Amino acid sequence: MAVIFEKTKALTDKTFHYCPGCTHGIIHRLVAEVLEELNLTDNAIGVAPVGCSVFAYDYFNCDMHEAAHGRAPAVATGIKRVHPDNAVFTYQGDGDLASIGCAEIVHAAMRGEKFTTIFVNNAIYGMTGGQMAPTTLIGQKATTAPLGRDENHAGLPLKVSEMLATIPKAVFVERVSVHDVKHINQAKKAIKKAFQLQMEGKGFTLVEVLSTCPTNWGKTPVESLKWLQENMMPYFPLGNFRTPEEV
Amino acid sequence: MAGKVIFDENRCKGCELCTTVCPFNLVVMNKERINIKGYHPATVKDMDKCSGCASCAKICPDVVIKVEREK
Amino acid sequence: MAKELWKGNEAIAEAAIKSGCRFFFGYPITPQNEIPEYMSLRMPQEGGCFLQAESEVAAINMVYGAAGSGARVMTSSSSPGISLKQEGISYIAGAELPCVIVNIVRGGPGLGGIQPAQSDYYQACKGGGHGDYRLVVLAPSSVQEAVDLTQEAFDIADQYRMPVMIMGDGMIGQMMEPVEFREVAKRQLPDKEWATTGTKGKRKANVINSLFIDPAECEKHNNKLFAKYDEITKNEMRVEEYKLEGAEIVFVAYGTTARIVKNAINTLEKEGIKAGLIRPITLWPFPYASIEAAAEKANVKAFLTVEMSMGQMVDDVKIAASGKKPVHFYGRTGGMVPTPAAIVEQVKKILGGVK
Repeated sequence: MAVIFEKTKALTDKTFHYCPGCTHGIIHRLVAEVLEELNLTDNAIGVAPVGCSVFAYDYFNCDMHEAAHGRAPAVATGIKRVHPDNAVFTYQGDGDLASIGCAEIVHAAMRGEKFTTIFVNNAIYGMTGGQMAPTTLIGQKATTAPLGRDENHAGLPLKVSEMLATIPKAVFVERVSVHDVKHINQAKKAIKKAFQLQMEGKGFTLVEVLSTCPTNWGKTPVESLKWLQENMMPYFPLGNFRTPEEV
Repeated sequence: MAGKVIFDENRCKGCELCTTVCPFNLVVMNKERINIKGYHPATVKDMDKCSGCASCAKICPDVVIKVEREK
Repeated sequence: MAKELWKGNEAIAEAAIKSGCRFFFGYPITPQNEIPEYMSLRMPQEGGCFLQAESEVAAINMVYGAAGSGARVMTSSSSPGISLKQEGISYIAGAELPCVIVNIVRGGPGLGGIQPAQSDYYQACKGGGHGDYRLVVLAPSSVQEAVDLTQEAFDIADQYRMPVMIMGDGMIGQMMEPVEFREVAKRQLPDKEWATTGTKGKRKANVINSLFIDPAECEKHNNKLFAKYDEITKNEMRVEEYKLEGAEIVFVAYGTTARIVKNAINTLEKEGIKAGLIRPITLWPFPYASIEAAAEKANVKAFLTVEMSMGQMVDDVKIAASGKKPVHFYGRTGGMVPTPAAIVEQVKKILGGVK
């Protein structure tokens, strides 16, 4: 018998703290598999922000920084400027990246900082208990939008990939999803491409991953996959927004 | 068939995502067992039919599943 | 080396470079702009990196990243900008990272003004950011001292793995004085084995972190920090004592204000009034012992704390004097600078009252 699939060595043995069915775990695994396949585990320095992924430093088997809420791109900038030959990545949620850290991500992209951002968009604040995020959909209920997000009151969800794709030095921007195996494979391909471009010194790279939050969406994990597909994907269309050829 | 899946049972959180992707609907929750976390863990009832496609492993958020296949 | 005329801000920047600082992240704010401006030209010449961040918040987090990666790194700002950096400073202290932060203090609160002040004493010495932590706070009173302390600040930061603040008022940053760049005494510094460099497959992963979700672990971490702070208090506390012998009045003042006070002391001396000065060079650790000792002396009638603030350091003077002698305060604020004549006047009032 040959081993077809097993846990990558770029992940530690620690069990994820994520809720049952939360797709953060899949995304962690994809990033770790890419690090292993590109032979970057020993070279990588990751940044874990505040949010559900605050303990990411316990799971990746590489050097890690914990960062203040929203500040991961600034921290990664400091790291990459000191170690230009290392693979540097941030792993940020939507509250972290699209709300409190909006300035940091835009300016890291503007400067063309040569690190990779994994942006996990699950349309809600998970860690703090289901509050409205900048990516919460219209009508979607949150603990700070109990009647559902009202666009006249709270505006329309922020499309981060589309916004960052307008920045010249954001050389690779792609939105992917992890709601089924086919999309998981595509997500991994995008993450791999982003790290490859980073190591080629091309510029700022970001992969937005649509992800579920069964607990705060009030759905079972299986229902959540369907909800993501039916509700998030129409508003946040999958696809590549920037590749280096365009630049 | 030629595949085999091995569950690291105590890592399983019973989320059932793996049960949605098996092309032969082989992955089920084992309602007769409760793991260390208190969940009914995922299992395969009819391993002979497994093709070793690794779909279950790829959607598992907790890296519970190892997949082997005959060469 | 012959002395050269240097502007305070530029002298601090050059001193940092001479200390091996190769990374600088900053954001423009008056009256410290000459530091990032100077760095933007000099850093590339030395193979280092200057980066103008999008905000003070980003700048201090770039410092966090670079410090965690093992670099000698600095940022500078002035009062409102330092307020913005407080979150990052707390994280840096929590994660035990070495770095140097320069605050060229201006009047506040709010946008305040751009003239010299000392009203960030509380912010620097009594917290500033959240949680139980300290900064080493160095307060130069001349451009030469700013240069010397900047060079030493990096060593102190590396030795104890903690942030060090150089707190100069706007006067120190803006004035020109003769300066000599001297070699500082070499310290035996520990290797940065904790830094993130990529494991290279040779060691376990390093994690830069200030999160301790288990309260027992968090308390343990804070106890460890404070054991280190005790060590620093023992080893690094610095103070200048000036004409304390036989003094009736003991001034306590730091930075620019201490120089003005010295002027007043000499005027008083000519008039037959004996006054001396205790000048904290480290605002933290604060030289409580010098003040305690002065309070015990029979010749000392009272303390007079002079600050460019509404009275912040005076709290520590009162703690040290412990009720043994009265502690008076004279301050100007908002960017106003006390004159020697006004200080002399205060002394006469106090002595008149005591007699």
